[in-house]
Amino acid sequence: MKLALGPIPYFWPAERVQSFYREAAEWPVDIVYLGETVCAKRRALGLSDWLALGAELAGAGKEVVLSTLVLLEAESELSTLRRICGNGRFMVEANDMAAVQFLAHEVPFVAGAQLNCYNHETLAWLAELGARRWLPPVELPAASLEAILARCPPALETEVQVFGRLPLAYSARCFTARHHNLPKDRCGFRCRDYPDGLTLFSQEGQPLFVLNGIQIQSAAPCNLLGAVDELAALEVDVLRITPQDRGTAEAVAAARAALAGDGEAAGRLAEAVPGGWCNGYWYGGAGMDWRCG
Amino acid sequence: MRASRPVELVCPAGSLPALRAAVDEGADAVYLGFRDATNARNFPGLNFDRDEAAEGIAYARERGSRVFVALNTFPQPGGWRRWTETLALAADLGVDAVIAADAGLLRHAARHHPDLILHLSVQGSATNRAALTLYHEQFGIRRAVLPRVLSLTQVERLIDNVPVELEVFGFGSLCVMVEGRCVLSSFITGRSPNSCGVCSPAEAVRWEETPAGRQVRLGGVLTDCYRPGEPAGYPTLCKGRFRVNDITYYAIEEPTSLNVLDILPALVRAGVAAVKVEGRQRSPAYVREVTRVLRAALDACQADPDGYRPDPEWTGALDRLSEGQTHTLGALHRPWQ
Repeated sequence: MKLALGPIPYFWPAERVQSFYREAAEWPVDIVYLGETVCAKRRALGLSDWLALGAELAGAGKEVVLSTLVLLEAESELSTLRRICGNGRFMVEANDMAAVQFLAHEVPFVAGAQLNCYNHETLAWLAELGARRWLPPVELPAASLEAILARCPPALETEVQVFGRLPLAYSARCFTARHHNLPKDRCGFRCRDYPDGLTLFSQEGQPLFVLNGIQIQSAAPCNLLGAVDELAALEVDVLRITPQDRGTAEAVAAARAALAGDGEAAGRLAEAVPGGWCNGYWYGGAGMDWRCG
Repeated sequence: MRASRPVELVCPAGSLPALRAAVDEGADAVYLGFRDATNARNFPGLNFDRDEAAEGIAYARERGSRVFVALNTFPQPGGWRRWTETLALAADLGVDAVIAADAGLLRHAARHHPDLILHLSVQGSATNRAALTLYHEQFGIRRAVLPRVLSLTQVERLIDNVPVELEVFGFGSLCVMVEGRCVLSSFITGRSPNSCGVCSPAEAVRWEETPAGRQVRLGGVLTDCYRPGEPAGYPTLCKGRFRVNDITYYAIEEPTSLNVLDILPALVRAGVAAVKVEGRQRSPAYVREVTRVLRAALDACQADPDGYRPDPEWTGALDRLSEGQTHTLGALHRPWQ
């Protein structure tokens, strides 16, 4: 199985993004997804910057994929999307059917988790349109993934997020701006102050979600490193790690160790990255649940 | 695509009495689901079996109303057969349209039931020209229900640039997320609208009277605590009070309802095909009252868009039925975002 680094979900300054990928170039990951997926207003890096970063990472031996916005409303957002889809060099991850419309029958693409592929018929359709790799929705249990993969079109790769906060919801509203009593159109880019998002707790102090602009994530990162053998048995091809402000390098190292058969890797990661984890979706339960493998 | 007919009023029918109420009060169309997870209001005691659906369709047809069937959840392999059988049932019953979200199911419908008219459900998350065009080209959808994320200006522009009719929500519970792209409910309870047709399912809700107030939990998680006398709403996660940076507030959205009465002329002029009322889980009395008000408002608006003013009686009647007794234009009003 290959390891992939998903796109950075947060709004980091350009220098931080650059330094993150300089480090990532040295990490044992095979695939790197680049680009802004959450908010069209975040333009610390433009397409040319992402392409330059992609060229550097490709030079370091990484497969580079350009990831795209999940929620597209304005024509200007579609124009940017069209330019990404027509970049001519790197494969594109479609996170909305708009991207599928631009990529279908033109170039191979990655069908992202937000396309809501819950069954083999949808997967067959995406493969016909040119999907070369796909990710199941975050809530899809292993049992359903197994049933889909039993009828998976040949030559289609499957990628599963095995580490990082889960993308749970998207809205027209910016929850970070709302926290600061600002309208989205005058947000002042307050999300830049939260490189790991803004944690939302219950009134009893239980961390539940992370507010990240218009996106809501799980507060607990998902961790399926204990299920690597199950993922291998299902013939999953790629394991995705979603970047976070701290602990990403440790997660990559732990995933690589787990792939090499190190049964203690997940435990060591617990010491390196404190705080709860979740893996409930994989086992068909509430996503927030944690079941020790 | 601008609608060629008068704007349709599409009302919810969670039961036969609700269907009759909507039709009697002048709904141009009603939408219903079958009694299982194939639709996004899979609640105990709601929805239709085959005979009830046939009876409802006959009742509506005799009075000039159309009937749509919601098949708008996402089947997993284990459920595929049930979903396709339900689709075949809808086709057999001769419904006026099926409202679906899953691409695989839409493809199946287009191949096996070519005469069945398809609407893209709001759960299909299509918010832009390119996505809507894809669903039209691939599956021949005639209409799409827009997620509640676009501003009025964006809705207006979209209508002129897409090959399908557009239906917008006019009244009811306000879903603050892009429909089809929210799994907050399953993260806490294991069940979501996409996979099970439920959001914050009733069996996961617990109310407790405590010295601190009336606490409400969803899947064991405290979603709110009400002071004595404070009105308490249904505990969907997006409308709870939570703590962020030591401030406790409605971090996602206040309990409130969507109500477009104030901008109805703009929606009519823009060329929307239909205005939809949310609420198949609501009582027949609720459906009757909301249909009555929206029928009057749409009639007044279409007769004289320039002279249209929302009647205070309408607004008062709807606010009494609203969550939190307040209303909003939601994302249609840009500052809300």
